[in-house]
Amino acid sequence: MTSISFGKKWASLLDHDVTYSFLHSPTAIIAAFVTLCFFILSFGAPIITSYTPFDPESLDLMDGFIPPAWSPNGEVAHFLGTDGQGRDILAAILYGTQVSLTVGLLSVVLSISIGIPLGIIAGYFGGIVDTAIMRIADVQLTIPPILIALMIDGVARTVFTHSLHEVVAIPVLIVSIGIASWPQYARISRSGAMVERKKDYIAAARLIQTPTHLILIRHIVPNVFGPTLIVATIGVAVAIIIEATLSFLGVGVPPTAPSLGTLIRIGNDFIFSGEWWITFFPAFALVLLVLSVNLIGDWLRDTFNPKLR
Amino acid sequence: MISFTIKRLFQSVLVMLFVALLSFFLFNFVGDPISNMVGQETSHAEMDDLRERLGLNDPFIVKFGRFLADAVQGKFGISYRLQRPVDELIAERMPATLELVFLSAVIATTLGVLGGLVTGLKPESWFSKFILTGSLLGVSLPTFVIGILLIYIFAVSLNWLPSFGRGEVVDLGGWRTGFATLSGWKALILPAITLALYQMTLILRIIRSEMLEVLRTDFIKFARARGLKKRDINFGHALKNTLIPVITVTGLQVGSLIAFSIITETVFQWPGMGSLFIQGVQFADVPVMSAYLVLVALFFVAINLIVDLLYFVVDPRLRSDLKGGHQ
Amino acid sequence: MAVLEVINLKVEFPTRRGVLTAVDEVSLSIDAGEILGVVGESGAGKSLTGAAVVGLLEPPGEVAGGQVFLQGRDITHLPENEMRQIRGDQIGVIFQDPLTSLNPLYTIGRQLTETILTHMKLSPAQAKDKAISLLHEVGIPAPEMRLNAFPHEFSGGMRQRVVIALALCCDPSVIIADEPTTALDVSVQAQIIALLKKLAKEKGVAMMLVTHDMGVIAEAADRVAVMYSGRLAEVGDVRKVIDEPKHPYTVGLMGSIPQIGQNLKKLPNIPGSMPRLNTRPLGCAFESRCTKSSEICKTKIPALSSVPEENRQAACWLFQEENEYA
Repeated sequence: MTSISFGKKWASLLDHDVTYSFLHSPTAIIAAFVTLCFFILSFGAPIITSYTPFDPESLDLMDGFIPPAWSPNGEVAHFLGTDGQGRDILAAILYGTQVSLTVGLLSVVLSISIGIPLGIIAGYFGGIVDTAIMRIADVQLTIPPILIALMIDGVARTVFTHSLHEVVAIPVLIVSIGIASWPQYARISRSGAMVERKKDYIAAARLIQTPTHLILIRHIVPNVFGPTLIVATIGVAVAIIIEATLSFLGVGVPPTAPSLGTLIRIGNDFIFSGEWWITFFPAFALVLLVLSVNLIGDWLRDTFNPKLR
Repeated sequence: MISFTIKRLFQSVLVMLFVALLSFFLFNFVGDPISNMVGQETSHAEMDDLRERLGLNDPFIVKFGRFLADAVQGKFGISYRLQRPVDELIAERMPATLELVFLSAVIATTLGVLGGLVTGLKPESWFSKFILTGSLLGVSLPTFVIGILLIYIFAVSLNWLPSFGRGEVVDLGGWRTGFATLSGWKALILPAITLALYQMTLILRIIRSEMLEVLRTDFIKFARARGLKKRDINFGHALKNTLIPVITVTGLQVGSLIAFSIITETVFQWPGMGSLFIQGVQFADVPVMSAYLVLVALFFVAINLIVDLLYFVVDPRLRSDLKGGHQ
Repeated sequence: MAVLEVINLKVEFPTRRGVLTAVDEVSLSIDAGEILGVVGESGAGKSLTGAAVVGLLEPPGEVAGGQVFLQGRDITHLPENEMRQIRGDQIGVIFQDPLTSLNPLYTIGRQLTETILTHMKLSPAQAKDKAISLLHEVGIPAPEMRLNAFPHEFSGGMRQRVVIALALCCDPSVIIADEPTTALDVSVQAQIIALLKKLAKEKGVAMMLVTHDMGVIAEAADRVAVMYSGRLAEVGDVRKVIDEPKHPYTVGLMGSIPQIGQNLKKLPNIPGSMPRLNTRPLGCAFESRCTKSSEICKTKIPALSSVPEENRQAACWLFQEENEYA
């Protein structure tokens, strides 16, 4: 591998089917760009904006209810306006997106960590192990993840005292959404394992006494990579929606680390009195983010679908 | 057929027992029920006395048995927050939720299935592409955002429809219905659409992909090779084979409508079980939470059972398999 | 006059890397009652030829050249609704896997009567009688009762008989059978082959039998067309081609079939492999594996031409003078 020049590797990457499909799909390019922007802007928030909307000391009620910059009474300094407490909406969106992205991504990572191994074990070993794991997965699949996440979160709320809960709220959220979503990944890896297990090269590997875990990692995991990536991408979008919904309902992230959902809830109270921007911009950001991730997921699905090639 | 039904019923009962156990644990071991129920000045002696009277010191089996007996009758204790029996609260609010879910289910299923079939049969038409793009947007809009948007357009800006509550309800022997009055219907529309939209787009996409799958199968290829008319192929062969996944999908989606009604009820301040539950979670109102858990589980188990039985009716392969069929 | 005549058929697949020619100037003809075997490896283009004849090429594949004549009528670019009427009625098709060819949710009686009623003006009762007699003809016992059975209630061999009945139900003049025995047990294969032969002779059907199995060809076919990399390599009488193959590829094929009684140390085979569609060489596609190739084979594609003094055609420079490939 080291003898292949960098130029050649780059050329073969550019020529790859996936790259071709990406470069020829304007929606995929735009969606990827938008998602990247969200990432950079949100995690770069401390550099980009000097406002710290969730530090109560920095807020000034006199700054409250300023409309967006292009309306009368608007100020360029608060480009998207402020809420009732004087929080800059743009800054709030940037920090809120941080939370949404963190929860979204980490919960999917957790789901994959639980689901893929379990599915591979179920598919490879079969028998009772398979039945047990898949029965649990099937039952869980019929229950919407949001309900499961709600339940786990609710239990956590009763177990932890109020102040402790604030600290653990985000990890609890990640864990509950992660646990709620593992079955789909188990399904994928299980069917992948079942397909590969029958193949001759696996029998050959067993024959030469390759340890089981090596067989599993080296041969089966790469085969389920494609479908897992697709489900994971869409899973991130779903996780972001679940987190936003829970936060909107008041049972998600704590008030000290608001996410986009919390912001929307805060703004909801003001729709009737005319301060529309407090809800609108966070909602718009949320939908844009989710839509972009979904578009990437859709493009992935079309690219990896052998029948459509 | 009978043995299949009995087997499934038995499994369902097992699942319900398991859920009841979970609920029981929640109820009894998470937090201290007594300290949640009484005021701050109660002495320890009084609390111990209460504990004894409520049978909280009895052995586990006895407590669980009592819990089950109560649960079967629908009694889940007293809400910490509202200080009223949970079963009363649920009974009051059930009609509101059920009517909302029913209307949403009808909307989501009819439009979703129709849309899925149309886009599956004619994937290249501009109509299909339009619907597909719309469906991508529909999947990206969280339910609560849809609700807020609809409220803003129809209630705040246009002032055509109410933004909260059920409107006028008519009491039909304990069941307070909103279907009987115009204001009841007006109040139902926005929440029903909100609830239905997400599910509708999901159903549409699943049905569409199922239809596309079926149209790629060998027997459809063979049907075309036999020169059968397109109408016979699409609406006879293809449609019938799409029916099986349609049943699963719609069954499952009806179940998830229950879950999403929580959100819709919160946005529209709809007095149903969902908003009761959310408030229960916010206040760590354990009796309400455990009751909701059991109820929802019951509902899901029932739906799964019905879906399985429906499969039986539709797919002849399942019937013979159980007859000890011919390989 | 030949019932089915294919002239210089060309099937292309436009891809982003260029146009792939999957079937390259293939010409065949089949007379009534004759079974023409079309044999070749996977990917040689034989199934596509059959699909192109009935207008069932899956997009993006398309017929890019040549003509197909059914009883003298040019059906190459017929509009779909006319082609649909021909399919099932004048041309019957049999696919490889009988389990997936039948709709699992319909009784076989329903699938039969549906096809009959689509093409023939009969009453439902008459259609039912016809279905019963068809099942009888293909050798299914107790046909009246089997009408209400579902496909999964039959064994593999019986299912293929049902498929054959479906292909025959409107008395077609041509049948295209694509690997009809590949998915079946060896013992059942023999029965199906015998059935196909009987039907071809008794009904005077012109049959194109596509397969990769030389054994099936030897049993069933009257003439054989050998395909290689999308082109015809050799066409001729079955016994003659098997006993005295002319084209080096056919020679290699026949040589690789072990005979009973041979004492071989190694199974003979042709070294190398058939070029993929996107890596076909400039000249003859078989040249790199051929023991008898010469300079001209590398640069010019040999046309399918008659071998002198034999009722045979071969696409090989050994048997023809250099003339421009058309």
